[in-house]
Amino acid sequence: MRNIMAIAGKELRAYFHSPIAYLVLAIYSILCGFFFYSITATFVIESFRLQMGGGGMPPINLNEMIIRQLFQGILTVIMALGLLPVITMRLYAEEKRTGTMELLLTSPLTDLQIIIGKLLGAMGLYMVIVLLTFLDIGLLFLYGNPEPKPLIANAIGYILFGGALLSLGMWLSSFTKNQIIAFVVAFAFFLLLYVLDWVSSFSSTAVGKVVSYLALPTHFENFTKGVIDSSDLIYFLSVIVIGMFLTARSVEAMKGRP
Amino acid sequence: MIEVERLTKRYGPTRAVTDVSFRVEKGEVLGFLGPNGAGKTTTMRVITGYIPPTEGTVRVAGFDVVDQPLEVKRRIGYLPETPPLYPDMVVSEYLAFVGRIKGVPRADLKNRINEVSEKCAIADVREKQTGHLSKGYRQRVGLAQAMIHNPEVLVLDEPTAGLDPKQIIETRELIKGLAGQHTVVLSTHILPEVSKTCERVVVISGGKVVAVGKPDELTRRLQGFETVLLMAEGPSGEIKERLERVGGVSLVEQHETSDGRATFEIHAAKEQDVRAELARAVVESQWKLLELRSSGMSLEDIFLKLTTEDLTEQKSEDTSQKSENGSSQT
Repeated sequence: MRNIMAIAGKELRAYFHSPIAYLVLAIYSILCGFFFYSITATFVIESFRLQMGGGGMPPINLNEMIIRQLFQGILTVIMALGLLPVITMRLYAEEKRTGTMELLLTSPLTDLQIIIGKLLGAMGLYMVIVLLTFLDIGLLFLYGNPEPKPLIANAIGYILFGGALLSLGMWLSSFTKNQIIAFVVAFAFFLLLYVLDWVSSFSSTAVGKVVSYLALPTHFENFTKGVIDSSDLIYFLSVIVIGMFLTARSVEAMKGRP
Repeated sequence: MIEVERLTKRYGPTRAVTDVSFRVEKGEVLGFLGPNGAGKTTTMRVITGYIPPTEGTVRVAGFDVVDQPLEVKRRIGYLPETPPLYPDMVVSEYLAFVGRIKGVPRADLKNRINEVSEKCAIADVREKQTGHLSKGYRQRVGLAQAMIHNPEVLVLDEPTAGLDPKQIIETRELIKGLAGQHTVVLSTHILPEVSKTCERVVVISGGKVVAVGKPDELTRRLQGFETVLLMAEGPSGEIKERLERVGGVSLVEQHETSDGRATFEIHAAKEQDVRAELARAVVESQWKLLELRSSGMSLEDIFLKLTTEDLTEQKSEDTSQKSENGSSQT
């Protein structure tokens, strides 16, 4: 445990000692803030219009109209495609480039301790991102009354969503010394996982169902509605475990090489 | 302390190391000598548990590197060819991190950091980022990192690479000081290093061990003749002729120095001191004798001899095998 925390602490410090953390957090807070603002503004205008039209009270639900919009739409897209690969690209690639992989692999650590430590370090930075998102959402409590309970589901979903992609990104980072390549590959991979559910719109065969089951949005959607479904939990947790397993295989292969 | 038995390491079809066996006793400093690409780094990486052996066994303090890697890693401090530094970290922070993953108890960590930074003379850069350090400091931070958990065994891959002459001397002193309490394996392709720091040498070439022994033993065993260097002023051709006539001299080689004087490298039969005769020969002929000294065979010569001899042996083996095959066919 001490070993895991040492690695996790090192990773987290590395993010904040380099511009990466600040860059990611700045970009995220600007974009997230803007999306939040524009969605809220649209919502306000829309609700005024409905009231003026006088067709009775419109169904005003902040969770449904704002928070879900925020999570399900653009926010997850920029997270998945733009920022998470930036977080994961250095995890192994940098160690391989600077030769510090040799230090880690000749220290009395198991591969699993290193992998868990790295993932926790990346999750550490990601948790700051989650926190920033909920700061924005928290503003809604000042002016309206969203339901707090679905927010918990939102948070769990968002954390699992990040964890799954970070785990896969870590694996993809273990193939190369070059962080740019690690970024590009992770970007492409995440994009694919994101659009896989389009298959469901044109294919209803068994294969199509399986493929769309693998897609990220399929499983994230329930969380944005405030619903925690065990199958979605299992999906994200297994993606995290698979990412760690594949990383372990890749690290094992790394050892045989000069 | 370290037992390497019939170690072979293959990377795909290429053999990096073939059938290497040697032992290192507790408290000994062993030099690992060989040209670049001879398999030094590969052997060291197997000892440290970084890469698994293809065949053979390696035991450190009685623990097998394949079966009990954590026990081995706990006992080894390793300085790879390029010091494994995190460029963004400050030196003290870096040493603290390495100490933690090497299992130094939290209470001791501070003392250990102080001790190794003093030993490796890096106390003045402790608050600097490792990425901003000069090559010499980086190397020494790497050395400090290897020593942080006070390991029984130190494996150092070219520990003096990139240091300036003063630092090289300091590092050698440091390594010599480690002998006794620590077992040290160090690799180098720089020869004086071995004679100055190591008690025993393993010469490796083309992935095979070609010689094992104490540096002066190796010198004695391989040197077939005495060498004398002589510098004189006079007609160089005549001097050469005269020197060749001195009893016991087998060969005289003439080298011109830049200021026009001639130096002669004289080979004489083993255990025969020809210096007095040589001096008399020069002085009696009214030439000016400027310098006369005996020069032992340098490790460079031994090294070249060992590494090239090995090749010629191999070639002759090959040809004899071929001729055998040829004769059996006919």
